Amino acid sequence: MNNTKVTDASLVRDYLEGNENALGTLISRHQQRIYSFIYSKVYDKDISEDIFQDTFIKVIRTLKRGKYNEEGKFLPWVMRIAHNLVIDHFRRNKRMPKFDNSGDFNIFSVLSDGDLNAETQIIKDQIESDVQELIKELPEDQLEVLTMRIYKDMSFKEISDRTGVSINTALGRMRYALINLRKIIEKRNLILTN
Amino acid sequence: MGKLYFKKSSKEEKNVQPRPAKETIEFLLSYSKALNVVEYQNMKFETLLN
Repeated sequence: MNNTKVTDASLVRDYLEGNENALGTLISRHQQRIYSFIYSKVYDKDISEDIFQDTFIKVIRTLKRGKYNEEGKFLPWVMRIAHNLVIDHFRRNKRMPKFDNSGDFNIFSVLSDGDLNAETQIIKDQIESDVQELIKELPEDQLEVLTMRIYKDMSFKEISDRTGVSINTALGRMRYALINLRKIIEKRNLILTN
Repeated sequence: MGKLYFKKSSKEEKNVQPRPAKETIEFLLSYSKALNVVEYQNMKFETLLN
C-alpha cells in the first residue's frame, strides 16, 4: 500500500470502522516527527518513549470513544496531545525533581547543607540590622503594618483587626511600605544582597 | 587512549534519527486491538480484552 496517497483523515475513518492496520500506518507515518518533538523537549530517551506511548494511548482512547472531530488535522492534534503531556511531565518533575547520578557530575558534591557559614551569617546579620534602620524612615501607618506582617508574622486579617482598618487598606499600606523601602534603598545606593 | 577521544563523524550522527522503540509501537497496536468501548445509555465503558 502506498502510504503517501491515503490521507490521514481517511486512515482515521478506516480505523474508526475497525481497520486496525490504519492505526499502524498512521503511527509509522508520524512516529518520527512526534518522537523527535518530544525528545527535543525532554532530552531523555526513556521519558520520550513513555510520553510517546501515553500520547498514542490517549489518541486511541479518544478515537475509540468517538470523540475525535478534527478531520484532516490528525498530526496537529496528536502534536498538541504530546505537547500537553510534555508540559505535564515538567510540572510533575518541578514538584518532585529527580537527580540522575549516573553521569560524571554528582549533584551531592555541590549541594550545600543549607546552613550559613560564618561569613554569610555576618553579612545576613548586617543586612537585617540595616533594614531595621531603614524601615524607621517609613510613614507610621506603613511601618506598623510592615512590622506586624514581617516581624510578628501576623496575617492581614489579624493586622486589620488590630489596627482597625480594612484588609485592603492593610494590603495597600504593605505595598506602599515595600515600594517606599525600595526607593530609600535606591536613593542611598545600598546593596542588600548576600 | 586514542579511543577515548574518538568522536563519531557528524555524517554518522545525522543518520541516527530518533524514533520510538519497536516494542513501544507493538504495544500500542496490541493495546488498540484489545481496547473495546461499549456504549450503554449515554455512558461509555472501556474494556481491555486479553
